Amino acid sequence: MRDAAASVLLDPPDATREESDTILTVSAASCRFDVSAPALTRLLSRQPRRILRAVEEVSFTVKRGTTFSIVGESGCGKSTLARMVVGLQRPTDGALHFHDIRRADGTVGPPRVQMIFQDPYASLNPRWRVGDIIAEPIRELKLRPDAASTQARVGDLLEIVGLSRSDAQRYPHAFSGGQRQRISIARALATEADFLVCDEPTSALDVSVQAQVLNLMVRLQKELGLTYLFISHNLSVVRHMSDHLAIMYLGRFVETGAAEEVFSRARHPYTRLLLDTIPDVEKPNRNRQPMSGEVPSPIAPPPGCAFHPRCPIAIEHCRVEAPVLRPIDGEFVACHLA
Amino acid sequence: MSGSAPLLSVKDLRIVFDGRHGPLTALDGVSFAIAPGEILGVVGESGAGKSLTGTAVIGLLDPPGRISGGEIRLDGQRIDNLPQDAMRRLRGRRIGAIFQDPLTSLHPLLTVGEQIVETITTHLPLSRSQARGRALSLLREVGIPAAETRIDQYPHQFSGGMRQRVVIALALCAEPKLIIADEPTTALDVSIQAQITTLLKRLCREHGTAIMLVTHDMGVIAETADRVAVMYAGRIVEIGPVEEVTRRPRHPYTAGLMASIPSVHARHAQLNQIDGAMPRLNAIPAGCAFNPRCGRVQPFCREHRPGLPSGLHGAACHFPLMEPVHA
Repeated sequence: MRDAAASVLLDPPDATREESDTILTVSAASCRFDVSAPALTRLLSRQPRRILRAVEEVSFTVKRGTTFSIVGESGCGKSTLARMVVGLQRPTDGALHFHDIRRADGTVGPPRVQMIFQDPYASLNPRWRVGDIIAEPIRELKLRPDAASTQARVGDLLEIVGLSRSDAQRYPHAFSGGQRQRISIARALATEADFLVCDEPTSALDVSVQAQVLNLMVRLQKELGLTYLFISHNLSVVRHMSDHLAIMYLGRFVETGAAEEVFSRARHPYTRLLLDTIPDVEKPNRNRQPMSGEVPSPIAPPPGCAFHPRCPIAIEHCRVEAPVLRPIDGEFVACHLA
Repeated sequence: MSGSAPLLSVKDLRIVFDGRHGPLTALDGVSFAIAPGEILGVVGESGAGKSLTGTAVIGLLDPPGRISGGEIRLDGQRIDNLPQDAMRRLRGRRIGAIFQDPLTSLHPLLTVGEQIVETITTHLPLSRSQARGRALSLLREVGIPAAETRIDQYPHQFSGGMRQRVVIALALCAEPKLIIADEPTTALDVSIQAQITTLLKRLCREHGTAIMLVTHDMGVIAETADRVAVMYAGRIVEIGPVEEVTRRPRHPYTAGLMASIPSVHARHAQLNQIDGAMPRLNAIPAGCAFNPRCGRVQPFCREHRPGLPSGLHGAACHFPLMEPVHA
């Protein structure tokens, strides 16, 4: 695992030194939670400690101005990974490193990171006017010298995300789900963010509204040079948004590479099954073979390859030895048989 | 779906909510029919009235909502004006229901077996032990492994997908001819979603059960349903065979909806988007409800409300995207 992980991170060594476009390097980061019973209960009933391995030795790099997506089913650790990147969760092992970047105004420093949450109904304070919600980070970080310029900046931000300046006076309840998500984006941009971590930003939205928000995100990325870490379970949305992506299963990357490559030539059986099982509007009434079984518990993952109980091509070796991520034609795949 | 009499027929159904500022029309003249053994998908965005339609059919509409016009017939018999008691006997016996969240539709303090046995004995003249035998075979049928031990477990011991299977077994208890499935796969992961839709399709085929599948997910509809009704602002804007509607939509809203779904097969620079949002109930525009967002709008659309033509595939639009091939 170590070697493979190292090969994921290391570009030629001198490329990372200066003017590199790598913005984030994650090296063998793990996040484990202790979910044991209280010490006394454990002692009395002689239970061992129970460790939930949410994220296990994950390594990747994100290039500036691109979108890196993480796909997986519930419980695969994708949200924990997102929380580690924004610093809401400390890695138990391994490291995350943001590289200094040169901004448009000439300053050099670490990127500003912000998060867009899934539920726009829960992530905006209902008692604050939209103007105050967006102005808070500007005031907190002292990005504008006075109230008038803060207000002007809030108005500009509202226009950038496709709302009107006068919306600053209204409360969140007056807005629809899609508009609220625009407000969340405006709030994130208020910090002059360079790097946005988007945890399922459109899952709570209807498809036509989802299209509006995704188009907005693509436009903002082009105009402002933003970098996105995009977390989603929706493969078609991921295909639309990503430059690079990683498929996660039970806390580990099973496949990672350029998005086009992964979608056109999926190599891991899990990726192939995922692509095969998503309902497809372009193939009505297809008779498909659903993937059998369910995601096992991350507290007691199966031995060997975690996917082997559901894998259609598993062999004896898969039950014994966990595969490492190894390079295959520019991609990385964790499968003995790929 | 040939010339046989429809199992469920809904005609010109109107539902209003009485509010402080007068009644709000939530469902405005909805008509459709479901043949025995057919899966009708009802698709639409939040607030389009798709769940409300399902709720009205199973008679669970709560005040201040009420049916203010139209009729619902099951096997030719009117069921929208039945007294509570009669409706209660009918629900479960002749119409089953599957809801979105399998955790909230199961009783957390009763074992799965107790819940199924209770439902069976309520509707069928079976003893408890016979009912338990039937419960076991139902659990096996919906694909629950080790049904003999699982039957005595509580809902929290099941995973989301397994719980939804239990809910489906519950809906099947009395062999109803019609099942209303409201977002049955929305709370599930994609790989589990596929298992559940495959199960629904199989049951439909083997038992001849008709299903009204309410969902916002066009992909699920495309894979599961025979016909689809697209709803917008309390009206059906297009109805037809699923292949026709997804490949050759006639209503501009359906076309816009289809085009705004990102594709897994190719990456496009930009998604097609329908600007604006669905109108609120108190501000539904005159004429065609979609006219403020429609790219093909004509002055005529702002004044005259389009009707839904009868026939296999029809769109409630004055200027549909494609004229029917014949006639």
